[in-house]
Amino acid sequence: MKRFIGFIKKEFYHIFRDKRSLFILFGMPIAQIMLFGFAITNEINNVDIAILDKSKDATTIEIINKISSSKYFSVEQLINNESEIEPVFKKGKVKAVLIFEKDFSKKLVKENNATLQIITDATDPNTANTISNYTNSILQKYQQEINKNIKIPYQIIPKSHMVFNPELKSVFMFVPGVMTIILMLVSAMMTSISITREKELGTMEILLVSPLKPFQVIIGKVVPYIFLSIINAIVIVLLSIFVFKMPVQGSLFLLAFESVLFIITSLSLGILISTLSSTQQTAMMISLMGLMLPTILLSGFIFPISSMPLPLQIISNIIPAKWFIIILKGIMLKGVGISFIWKETSFLLLMTMIFIAISVKKYKIRLE
Amino acid sequence: MKQESIIQVENLTKKFNDFTAVNAISFNVKKGEIFGFLGANGAGKTTAMKMLIGISTPTSGNAHVAGYNVFKNPENIKKSIGYMSQKFALYDDLTVKENITFFGGIYGLSRKQIEVKRRLLVEELGLQDIANELVSSLPLGWKQKIAFSVALLHEPKIIFLDEPTGGVDPITRRQFWEMIYKTANNGTTVFVTTHYMDEAEYCDRVSIMVDGKIEALDTPKNLKKQFNAENMNDVFLKLARG
Repeated sequence: MKRFIGFIKKEFYHIFRDKRSLFILFGMPIAQIMLFGFAITNEINNVDIAILDKSKDATTIEIINKISSSKYFSVEQLINNESEIEPVFKKGKVKAVLIFEKDFSKKLVKENNATLQIITDATDPNTANTISNYTNSILQKYQQEINKNIKIPYQIIPKSHMVFNPELKSVFMFVPGVMTIILMLVSAMMTSISITREKELGTMEILLVSPLKPFQVIIGKVVPYIFLSIINAIVIVLLSIFVFKMPVQGSLFLLAFESVLFIITSLSLGILISTLSSTQQTAMMISLMGLMLPTILLSGFIFPISSMPLPLQIISNIIPAKWFIIILKGIMLKGVGISFIWKETSFLLLMTMIFIAISVKKYKIRLE
Repeated sequence: MKQESIIQVENLTKKFNDFTAVNAISFNVKKGEIFGFLGANGAGKTTAMKMLIGISTPTSGNAHVAGYNVFKNPENIKKSIGYMSQKFALYDDLTVKENITFFGGIYGLSRKQIEVKRRLLVEELGLQDIANELVSSLPLGWKQKIAFSVALLHEPKIIFLDEPTGGVDPITRRQFWEMIYKTANNGTTVFVTTHYMDEAEYCDRVSIMVDGKIEALDTPKNLKKQFNAENMNDVFLKLARG
């Protein structure tokens, strides 16, 4: 045990004396989360919309006035029939089309409800979502105003419809994604680099000749990164709670458990990478191209998996990050317990074991 | 005068698929001697050494190092030997002191022992001024001297040196060999690979490997006589050219 502590101490010296790794460890997570957090805000300003008003009565004109007078929207174009909707979207300037149904006012008075259809261009899903939310809230305000003196309230029913990318439900909940990427980066890339560094400098040989067993060497190299990754995870969660007001719905304990599991998965991947590469540069290239890229593209962080072509959907199953993002979203956004995410959790466990098994085997072959 | 042997090697062989890197070598190293392990690059000396220090399992044959079998007890071998390689044994981003503490620690020395050893070492090598410097700031010669001393921290019975003087100037090499002599005088067996033939002259006995086999093994004096050569360089050339 004493040997072990000495080993870990030495590992921390390495980390704290290398400004580059310090930056990746601590600067990167904060920078990334801030960047994502502020770049992907829910604010919209002067979004161009088009309106198809089929009734052109007092109420619709009033609503249109409300909408165009808000700072969020500017009415770019009035269109006259449905066939114009698609060309308008395809031009790209207009992000949403509002459609008032026929006899809007009459229906509102007679049947107490009328429908307003909101069609949004979901190629930019975040904006699409926000537009429909903002329109809804303008409508609600208007309803409250007109309902003040009436017994049976009028209801304007907004019907949102996203075109081009109907899969909106899981996109751009950026905190789980960023957290996944960062933990992956720190755990997998940094460990693989630090292990290959020992190989490259020849110190690995010295360690293997020492009475330390190979697995002790590896664990000694990995433990500091577990600590640092946990600190990173905590920082990210705190930032998202306090800076971005994103509440964690589920159990913090479960969140911590799953995060540690994912950290270990990434570390085992890092170890695997280090057994495959003999120089730091190779390790870095494998980590970046072979790990980070698929993680960012195929994990569902940015592009929804369900709208990918089938082969990519199948490939995405072997990306650990995909499962962790599902888990994180479940815990942080939906507040689910382990009974809802046990499948994803066991996938991660299984992958971890496979990575470790391969690494052990590779390691032995190398030693022969 | 029959001395006790501390390394016994019998028909030790290592094959990588079809390639035989080490082909049934046999030799003994006596306790306290400086044993030179020579050979051209690729002759198999590093592979042979790796089997002896317990990080590579032989394909066949047998060997005992410090009384332990290389198949059954590689872990015990590791405790009884020190090792320094041609690449650096020290961490560049740690100070001299931290390196000593770390390597003492992984060999299981207690904090007190390390403290004592460290003071001794600092004094012996005159490291007072640089003990708290990062190793990366030291000249090559210093690094190698310190690495050598660090490899001896846990008082191993045998020290294995893999081309320890690669890349240093003649004066430092000379000093390094003085340290080796001192170590051998204290009873530690020194097993050293080198391709500087002048260094071979400093060894008590020398073996020369060619293509995985030991082609010659004797004292430098006898070898020169046997091959009718003026110096070890000629011996080596005659052997290597067949």
